[in-house]
Amino acid sequence: MNAPLKTTPLNALHRELGAKMVEFAGYDMPVQYPTGVLKEHLHTRAAAGLFDVSHMGQGAIMGDAPAAAFEVLVPGSLQELKPGQTRYTLLLNDQGGIRDDLMVTRPLGDDDFRTLFLVVNAGCKDRDFALINERLGTSHQINRFEDRALLALQGPKAAEVFARHCPEAATLKFMTAAKLKVVGFDCYVWRSGYTGEDGYEISVPGDTAEDFARKLLAEPEVLPIGLGARDSLRLEAGLPLYGHDLDETTTPVEAALTFAIGKRRKLEKNFPGADIIMDQLFNGAKRKRVGFRSPEKAPAREGTEIHSKWGEIVGRVTSGGFSPTLNGPVAMGYVETEYSGDDYRLLANVRGQQRALDVSPMPFVPHRYFRG
Amino acid sequence: MTTYFTDQHEWIKVEGGIATVGITAHAAEQLGDVVFVELPAIGKALTKSGEAAVVESVKAASDVYAPVSGEVTEANDTIVGEPAKVNEDPEGAGWFFKLKLTNESELSGLMDKAAYDAFVASGG
Repeated sequence: MNAPLKTTPLNALHRELGAKMVEFAGYDMPVQYPTGVLKEHLHTRAAAGLFDVSHMGQGAIMGDAPAAAFEVLVPGSLQELKPGQTRYTLLLNDQGGIRDDLMVTRPLGDDDFRTLFLVVNAGCKDRDFALINERLGTSHQINRFEDRALLALQGPKAAEVFARHCPEAATLKFMTAAKLKVVGFDCYVWRSGYTGEDGYEISVPGDTAEDFARKLLAEPEVLPIGLGARDSLRLEAGLPLYGHDLDETTTPVEAALTFAIGKRRKLEKNFPGADIIMDQLFNGAKRKRVGFRSPEKAPAREGTEIHSKWGEIVGRVTSGGFSPTLNGPVAMGYVETEYSGDDYRLLANVRGQQRALDVSPMPFVPHRYFRG
Repeated sequence: MTTYFTDQHEWIKVEGGIATVGITAHAAEQLGDVVFVELPAIGKALTKSGEAAVVESVKAASDVYAPVSGEVTEANDTIVGEPAKVNEDPEGAGWFFKLKLTNESELSGLMDKAAYDAFVASGG
């Protein structure tokens, strides 16, 4: 017997909207609505899409200097975060492997020195908070906001639509956040997302989430978007997905996420796995996460082996599929560093046939974040 | 002309020893938006239940199997250029390939429309 699936506060709404529901990270989630993955994807790139990401783990570390305390687990320079600023960082193991990737926010307001907000991946949240409790639980209070929903409004029309409900959000810049009233609800609003588009992520009390979602869905520019399109959107944006493109065996250097290692932290060398990661920063890592495009139409999917033209296995696809925006296949994966240069032609074994796969810069579709 | 169905969600229409093969409306709906189709070469000999074609949606790739044995006489290049045709008209303009049957008796093991509908309704 499987454990019953968990549900988000929008479960009934998804069903009412005719969503096809699937299991994801222990949750009953919408993979697509009757619109279909392709149109949902293109609609988000052209107008605005509303995503339910309430399965993700929201929480906070509270107490004295929480940013300094949390730095023992991550390589980011969190103490430099200004009030209202958000940063992407990584929970690392002692070998420098990635335990999870997450967003950290120093809130604006009275509590800005004593609180650090976290949003972590759904599939990792229990073990993430267990680890944080184990390391910081005696000195800090660790709270999980399990009664809150998290929605994302993404796309070139997101700002225009959201301003009708929350004019103050218009001036927020990418990777900043504020506590705002949205149509009468107390929300925490981030200018961020995982599609490559401008937009917001909004944390709302669970019991008001459905009402809130209905108000946004009533806007003519907005359609509900499922996990299927969320995956193809983030792939086009070159953004890694934990458990597929990142795991405990990949380091930030291999994963091409060195921007997440803070300058001060490189000098202090006091984050988990620092010896290994600093060595890779100076001397290079054996393999690297890169993007791939192909002159062929057949997508190379996750798990596809990558060969050099001499037939050796030199890598593996970790995410791959069809790009609706480019109308062709795109992929990301790991290759040995000597094969990781842009335009390097490799071969992917798709259904027993060797097909050309060219190393390509990411993002595949340019980011359109609002930086003010 | 009779239409048969397989438990792999292919349909097959037989007329004068030539069979037209495609995926069922149920299969097309389950797959979602088709974005890529790979068809067998003309002249290729297919064996019953062997891999014949590939259909991919945004999310996943699926094999299309030969419902019966035969030699490929035609492939629907329209769906290679416009994969969305498979969703628009799966049991008509979205056909995949035509076969010259080598063993007509294989047809007797396939389902008719009523049996296939019952198979789908039972969660097949």
